[in-house]
This record gives sequence, C-alpha cells and structure tokens, in this order.
Amino acid sequence: MTGLPLLSITIFLPLVGALLILAVRVLAGSNAASSISKPISLLTTIVTLVVSIIALTQFDMAKAGFQLVENVPWFGGSSYKLGVDGMAISLIILTTALMPLCVMQSMRSIEDRLGDYMIAFLILECLMIGVFCSLDLVLFYVFFEGGLIPMFLIIGIWGGKNRLYASFKFFLYTLLGSLLLLIALIYMYSVSGTTDIEALQKFPFSREVQTWLWLAFFASFSVKLPMWPVHTWLPDAHVEAPTAGSVVLAAVLLKMGGYGFLRFSLPMFPDASVLFQPLMFALSIIAIIYASLVAFRQTDMKKLVAYSSVAHMGFVTLGIFSFTETGIQGAIFQMISHGIISGALFFCVGVIYDRMHTREIAFYGGLVHRMPVYAALFMLFSMANVGLPGTSGFVGEILTMVGGFQASTWAAAGAALGVILSAVYMLTLYRRTVFGEMTNDKLMDIKDVTASEVFILGLLAIAALVFGVVPSLVFDLTKGSTDAILDMIGR
Amino acid sequence: MTLLADLQIAGPDALLAGFGLAALLLGAIGGDRIAGLIRLLSVIALGAAATLTVIQFPMGDAEAFGGLYRITPFVLFAKAFTYGLGAVALLMSGGFLKSSKMERYEYSLLTIFASMGAGVMLSANDLMTLYVGIETLSLSSYVLAAFKRDNLQSAEAGLKYFVLGALASGLLLYGSSLVYGFSGSTNYQMIAAAGDSVGLQFGLVLIICGLAFKASAAPFHIWTPDVYEGAPSSVVAFFASAPKIAAVALLAHVMFTTFGPHEHSWRLVIAIIAAMSMLIGSFGALVQNSVKRILAYSSISNVGFALIGIVAGAELGAAAVLVYMSLYVIATLGIFGGVLSLRRGGKSVDQVSDLNGLGKLKPGVTLGLIILIFSVAGIPPAAGFWGKFEVFEAGLRSDMLWLVLVGALSSVISLGYYLRLVWAMMMKPPGEPLDKTDFTVAATVLATAVIIFPVLTITIQVLLSAAAQASAG
Repeated sequence: MTGLPLLSITIFLPLVGALLILAVRVLAGSNAASSISKPISLLTTIVTLVVSIIALTQFDMAKAGFQLVENVPWFGGSSYKLGVDGMAISLIILTTALMPLCVMQSMRSIEDRLGDYMIAFLILECLMIGVFCSLDLVLFYVFFEGGLIPMFLIIGIWGGKNRLYASFKFFLYTLLGSLLLLIALIYMYSVSGTTDIEALQKFPFSREVQTWLWLAFFASFSVKLPMWPVHTWLPDAHVEAPTAGSVVLAAVLLKMGGYGFLRFSLPMFPDASVLFQPLMFALSIIAIIYASLVAFRQTDMKKLVAYSSVAHMGFVTLGIFSFTETGIQGAIFQMISHGIISGALFFCVGVIYDRMHTREIAFYGGLVHRMPVYAALFMLFSMANVGLPGTSGFVGEILTMVGGFQASTWAAAGAALGVILSAVYMLTLYRRTVFGEMTNDKLMDIKDVTASEVFILGLLAIAALVFGVVPSLVFDLTKGSTDAILDMIGR
Repeated sequence: MTLLADLQIAGPDALLAGFGLAALLLGAIGGDRIAGLIRLLSVIALGAAATLTVIQFPMGDAEAFGGLYRITPFVLFAKAFTYGLGAVALLMSGGFLKSSKMERYEYSLLTIFASMGAGVMLSANDLMTLYVGIETLSLSSYVLAAFKRDNLQSAEAGLKYFVLGALASGLLLYGSSLVYGFSGSTNYQMIAAAGDSVGLQFGLVLIICGLAFKASAAPFHIWTPDVYEGAPSSVVAFFASAPKIAAVALLAHVMFTTFGPHEHSWRLVIAIIAAMSMLIGSFGALVQNSVKRILAYSSISNVGFALIGIVAGAELGAAAVLVYMSLYVIATLGIFGGVLSLRRGGKSVDQVSDLNGLGKLKPGVTLGLIILIFSVAGIPPAAGFWGKFEVFEAGLRSDMLWLVLVGALSSVISLGYYLRLVWAMMMKPPGEPLDKTDFTVAATVLATAVIIFPVLTITIQVLLSAAAQASAG
C-alpha cells in the first residue's frame, strides 16, 4: 500500500472519470453520456473518497512536516511535488466526502446536458484536491487558477437567469487577484531560484520585500476567501450557481483563501503578517458585522447564506491572524465546519428550490406543516450556523474568538457581536420560511424530503454533530500543522 | 566560401525559392486544374524546409554570402516555426478555398514566397537583405489579402494593407539609410560596433516603427483588424501564425544583435510599444462583434506580451519571446482552423453570434477551441500560461515591474472577450445547423489543442529547453 502514489491517485481519479464520460460523449452522443455519467461519476467520487481515506490512514499524526511526498522534477526550478500535512488532508477529506453528495444531488436536479455537467464537476474535483496537495508554488498556481474554468462553465451553463453577469464577475474578479499572486510567485522564483514551498517557507525574504509579496498574496486570497470589501462576487456567484455548484463554492473553493493564508502568507512572510495584523483584524470584524447585517436584509435565501459565509470567513481570518495556537486551530476547524454547515444549508435551499423554482423568502412560510422532516434538518443546520453548542459551528467560533481575544480584546468583542447578529438573521430566515401559517396556495402540495435528500442531509447532520461533540477528531490531525506554522512565525 | 557551402546554410530558403519558381511554371502549364496538386506539393516543400531548418540546428552560428546572410539558433528556431506553421495553414486552407471558389494555384505560390520572405528576413545579417526579405513577405501578403478579387472587402483589405505597408517600408528604408549614414555600414556587426549618435538613434526609432508595423504592435496596429476582417479567412490564418512569429522574432533579433549595444536607446521605446499593444489589444476587442476582428485585437495584445521579453534584453528575454510566440501561434492557428470550419450553406460566417451553441452542434471542435482560447488567454493548465509565466519572469528579472503589472491588468481585461467567445459557444442556444467540417480543419483544431493542453503542459520542459538553447547562441 505504501508504495503507491496515493495523492496523485486521489487527484487524477476524478479526471479519469471525466475522460470516460467525455469518451462516451464523443462516441455515443450527449444522451448516452448523460445516462452513463450518473453511475460513472458517483462511482468515481466514491472511489476517490475511499482512496483519500486510505491516504488518511497512512498519515501519521505523530510525525511533523509533510507526508506522502511525491517529487518529480518538472521544469526550471519547479517540480511536480505533492505532500500533505494535517490541515491539507482534512480539507482533502472534506472535498472528497462532499463530492459524492453533490453528485447525488445533481443527478436529480440537473436536467440539461448532465454528461457535460459531470465532466466539469469531476475536473473541478481534480483541481481542488490538487490545490491542497501541491508542495510547489507553480503547481499550486496551476491548480488554483485552473479551477476557475470548470466553475465558470458550471455557473455559466447551468446557472440561473443572471448567470452571464455572475460567471464573468466570478472569473474576472478572481483572476485579477490571482495574477498579482502570479507576479509575486515569479518574483520569489527569480530571487530564490526555487518554487518549492518547503524551501520558500525557510527562505529569508527581507522585511520590505515581504510586505509587497504579502500584499500580492493577500490580493488573491482575500478575493478567494472572500473578505470585505472584495466579497461582492460571492453572493452573485452563489445565487446563480446550481445547488451543487454553490455547495462546492462555499464548502471548498472559499477554503482555498484561508488555506493560502496559512500555507503561504504566515510561514513565508512572518514579519509582514505581524505588520498587517491590525488591518486583518479590522477587515475581519467589518466582514463579520457588515455581512451579518446585509444578510439580515436579503430576500433571496441563497444570498442570505452567501453573506453568512462572508461573516463566517471573518472568523477564520480573525483566528489565523491571532497567531495563537487556539486561534489557528479554531480557524482550521471553522473552515471544515463551515464547509459542512454552509454546504448543508445550500442543499437545504436546493431542496425547496427544486420543488418550487424560487428562492424568495417571502414566497415560503409554514413549511413545517407539509415538510416536517425537512423542517427538523433545516433547524439543525440553522442552529449550527448560529453556533449552538453541540454543533461544529460553536467550536470554530468560540476558538477563533478566544484566539482573537488573546491578541486583541476589541477584535474579539466585535466578533462576539457577529455571533448575536448571526442568530438574528438565521432565526428570522427560519421563522419566515418554516414557521407560521401557510399563506401561499402554491405550497399546499409540496412534498417532504425524499430518501436521497434525507441521506445527503442526514450525513451532513451527523458530521456537524460529531465534530461538535468530538472536535479533537480534527484537532489531533491539525495540531502538527498549527505548531509548524507558529514555529515558523516565531511565536 | 564556395556557393555550395553558402547554399548549405541558406538551404531551406533556396529550396523554397527553387520550388516556388518550378511550381510557377507547372501552374502556368497546368492552370487551376492542378491547384490541388500544387498545394499538396507546396505543403510538402514547406514541411521539408522546416525539417531542413531543424537539421541545421547543430550548425549553430554560420554566415553565408559574404556576411549578408547569417543563421543563429535563435533565427533557426523562429524559421522552423514559420515554415512549419505555413505548411499547416496551407494544408487546412484547401476546403475553404474550394467552398469559396478561390481554388487557384497562385494561392500556394504566394504562401511559399511569403514564407520564404519571412525566412530570409530572419536570416538577414545586413539591412539590405533584411529589406529584401521583408518586401518579399509583404508583397506576397498584399496580394494574398486581396485574393478574393471580386469581393469588395477583400480588395479593400489588400489595398489598405498595401498603402500602410508601403508607408512602413518607407520608414524602415529611411531608418536604414540614417543608420547607414551614421554607422558607415549596413552590416549588423558593423552597426553594433558603431558609436552612439543622434542620427543612429533616429534611424533606430524609424526601423522600430517599420518592424512594429509588420508585427502589428500598437500604435502601428491600425491595419490589423481591417485586414483580418476583409481578407479571406484562410489567408488570415496564415497571417496570424507564420509571419507573426517571424515578425516578432525579427524585431527581437534586430534589437538584440544589430542594436544590442544601444539597448539604452530602444528599451523604453519597446516597453511603451508593449504596454500600448497590450492595453489597446485588450480594450479594442471588447466592443467587437466579428470573431476575426476579436482575434486581430487579441494578436495585437499578445504581441505586446511577447515584447516584454524583448524589453528584458537578449540574455533574460530571448527564450521568453520564442516560447511565448510559439505557444501563441500554435494556438491561434488552431482557433483559425475553427473559424474556417464555420460555414452555413457554403458561406463562411464570422459574427460572435454565429458561434452560438457550437458546443451542441460540434462538440469536438468546441472542446478544442475552448482549450485553445484559454491557452491564448494564458490560463493554466493550458500551455499558453507558460508563455505568460516566461515573459513575466523575464520582465521581473529586468526590473520592469510596471510593464508586468500592465500585462496582468490587460490579461484580466482581455479575458472579457475570450470568455465571451466561450460563452457564445457553450451557453447560448444553437442557431441554424452548420455545414460539415473538413477533416483537415477539424484535425488541425484538435491536434493543436492536444499539443497545447496535455502534451506541452506535461512536457513544457522540451519547448523551454529548446528555446533556451536557441537563445543562448
């Protein structure tokens, strides 16, 4: 088992699935591809999950540094170098575990060109896993920016009415940030002669250079995360994307921003990170409070959840830039927990959207009378999003706030305000859609969740609860990475 | 040196010249009935010339004809691409020429002579040879642009190209005469050795103007969209590939060798031209509706990117120029293949809206086109990204951060229209069904896409090291 390049297999298995569907598409036409894509994509994503879990079992938590390393020279100073630490592998498992659920959901709700959709989705999975595995900056960049193409197609082809605007905005906004990252990357390569991430983490950049490089990386990751004030692409992209696209966007793509800060900004530019700590705290607090207030005013359910994502990502940056073990552990945990909870919330919105084809909050009301099971599950995820103790949302928020408190009392106070506000908008959303009398006649014969929907939401509910009760499952895994990061930043 | 030794060095060009003359005779006897045969022979001749050029690589640096003619690895690299792409462009023009009733044997000959002119201008080691080469290329190109002679647009394109081209040639000649006057020679090495003087700088700037026109760099780009739009599509496919890489490589070659010691005089000029080209190319295309005009602006913008490599200087930028241009022209040729294949009821179509729903009508070609478009846009994992990577690296190493930032900005802007093409193909409902695609065209699109995406992405090392070797000489 140990001899196999497990990470490469995890990355490229989805690509194999995509090529199989593509072959059917070319040889037998679009309809054949649509029908065959269901078993192929489900099987591929499940096998990928299994392989990634095997990789997890091979991963030794006691050892520091990167494991399962594969290294093949590529060109110039860069190489095809893969490897994972605890933080990376937990995000990989999050990705591979969510994908089968997304595929199951899409099989039902996507009607047009399902084969093409699955191809784009599997390629996206390949690129997302690649981002978390890369130990070479150029390789990372290729995966990081390459992911824009399938996501652009998913939003653009299978999105809602305003998909042209949303898909272009998503692509161009993210690309502008990425290109600054590219320039910084090339500069680092020309100075140090290598693009190996481990080597660059040890490379002593001068203080002034660090500041500029940090800003360039910040431009890319803050858009991706997204942070206030460059978050405006996210609500548009979320609203227009199909359900599974929103899930992946919220659960995985946003995490690349936080991952980027932890993998690059902190270890490579420690001085600059310390220098910009006040800025990051200020932006985090603004994001938490502002996005929560904006979320409260939304009339579209997906937009509300999207703004709530912006607010929750504020906790992640708060935790990261507290430079404390609690804060960083909390930030990583918050990323994973948010992946589960916001993914589940988007699935929840998708459930009623598939039935009524609208996401207007005002359209709904009294769903509990017709969809009791749905109401219960939606309740659980709303509470988890608010950060109720016992759910994973609580652990992430409390730890990032404790970490933030150690660094700055004011920052933690501001973040705490966000916790209250999140309860305000989530409970309002829940009350207006689920409780009350059924006033809209169109809702009279709405059906409760189907077996497969219960399966998807149930698994996510279990995950949210398990991580809420036993958070050490994640902490044990990510402790090594956190210590390494703190060590490199000198704290 | 004996004639034989000279011919060994100038072999590919001599082969093309000889073949062109022989085929001219053949055509005069056989007429348009054997146009297909002549095209096939011409493709073979261009392919042979490309192969010969590759074989010449080990010769390294060699002079011929008393110092009028010189090959270096850099020149050979560009020449091999010029001939090879010329062959592919000619090969895929067949179906288009037939369906638009332009099946005449002169077409192949003009392509041959244009390619030969491009080869000669690259191999020039003297301003006179340079001028002769450029004029051979240009005159053939003017006629090619007006090849659909009963079509008003095509004739207009040819005339516009000719008038503006003649002006550019005039500038080039005037510049050459100034340089000759102040350096005392037309030989590259002698000019390089000459001392700095105001007259020489004047001449240098005029020569840059003339060469920038040929490469369609801003602000000498005005002809490009009109000629691309008016000229027959197969001709544009040729213009956008073979002469394009030759013109940019020529500009690089002349700057690096002839005016190498005068780098301080031209560096900023070229930097401004590069910045203008990138910005004008990206903004200009945003408001266009014709695919050919969009591709014209895209070529202006891409030339701007390649010029960053020239600004970086011979040592840092030569390889970057070659890598960038070769990746760009391969992809462009493929995209034009796609444009050529678009015909409705025998007529070629050109508006962006004509691409609507292409993903459903022709899934294979569309997939290839999307890969090629993202490559031209420089988005990884398509190989075009490495070109961008190389020129940005060259720019940063030579402390031209502002130019690289302009490049990054225009990359984002130009994505606006590249994505529009993808949008039309993938996300709009399909229009009327299209005619059947020629085999050669579809094969070209897919082959270039395969080269651009899987092959070069994995083995990019091969191209990079070839370019690095070529520019080390």
